[in-house]
Amino acid sequence: MSEKKLAIIATKGTLDWGYPPFILASTAAALGYETQIFFTFYGLQLLKKKINVKVSPLGNPGMPMPMGMDKWFPVLGTAIPGMEAMMTAMMKAKMKSKGVASLEELREMCIDGDVKMIACQMTVDLFDMNQSDFLEGIEFGGAATFFEFAGESDICLYI
Amino acid sequence: MANFDQELDATGLNCPLPILRAKKALASMSSGQVLHIIATDPGSVKDFDAFAKQTGNELMESKEEGGKFEFLIKKA
Repeated sequence: MSEKKLAIIATKGTLDWGYPPFILASTAAALGYETQIFFTFYGLQLLKKKINVKVSPLGNPGMPMPMGMDKWFPVLGTAIPGMEAMMTAMMKAKMKSKGVASLEELREMCIDGDVKMIACQMTVDLFDMNQSDFLEGIEFGGAATFFEFAGESDICLYI
Repeated sequence: MANFDQELDATGLNCPLPILRAKKALASMSSGQVLHIIATDPGSVKDFDAFAKQTGNELMESKEEGGKFEFLIKKA
């Protein structure tokens, strides 16, 4: 079976949006795809040694809220200090209870499956991040680095 | 259910964990050996079918019993 290729650009740095790149990449690797993820802008949060991402109900009308909370806290209510931390804790607890893997676990499986992860060097410079903040073994590169692999890919996703 | 060489309990796990755990288990087995998987994720029925088609491992059996889904996969 000839190896298919999947290229993903991960641009989001929230708990919910961290899932699609890691779920798809780890599954693709399990199916025998050669897979690369290019992390840029806020997506770089997913490559930090310790993942510290949150989910925000603010400006997110599609987010299901437990116990009818969306009725008690319409729009502005979601801006109350502490809401983000609370929703993040509730989301993590919910995921655990439903047997959904943590981001750390899925990322580990990507590493096990030889998914290549590339951090956008420009973003690292832009936000004054240090290469030492990131996972060992990842690469740093730019748009041309991404296209070297993406140009040969069978599937290319922007998340 | 037919004989199997190794068993994977994926009950309580959600997508994509049953597939990822199965892949890991198969990696440690040799060609021709059979893996028995038990899962509770209803999505795993289609997913294991798709997994088998794409990886060349044979899905010998797929059944539901008492809210649990069971699969037999023979390593290619």
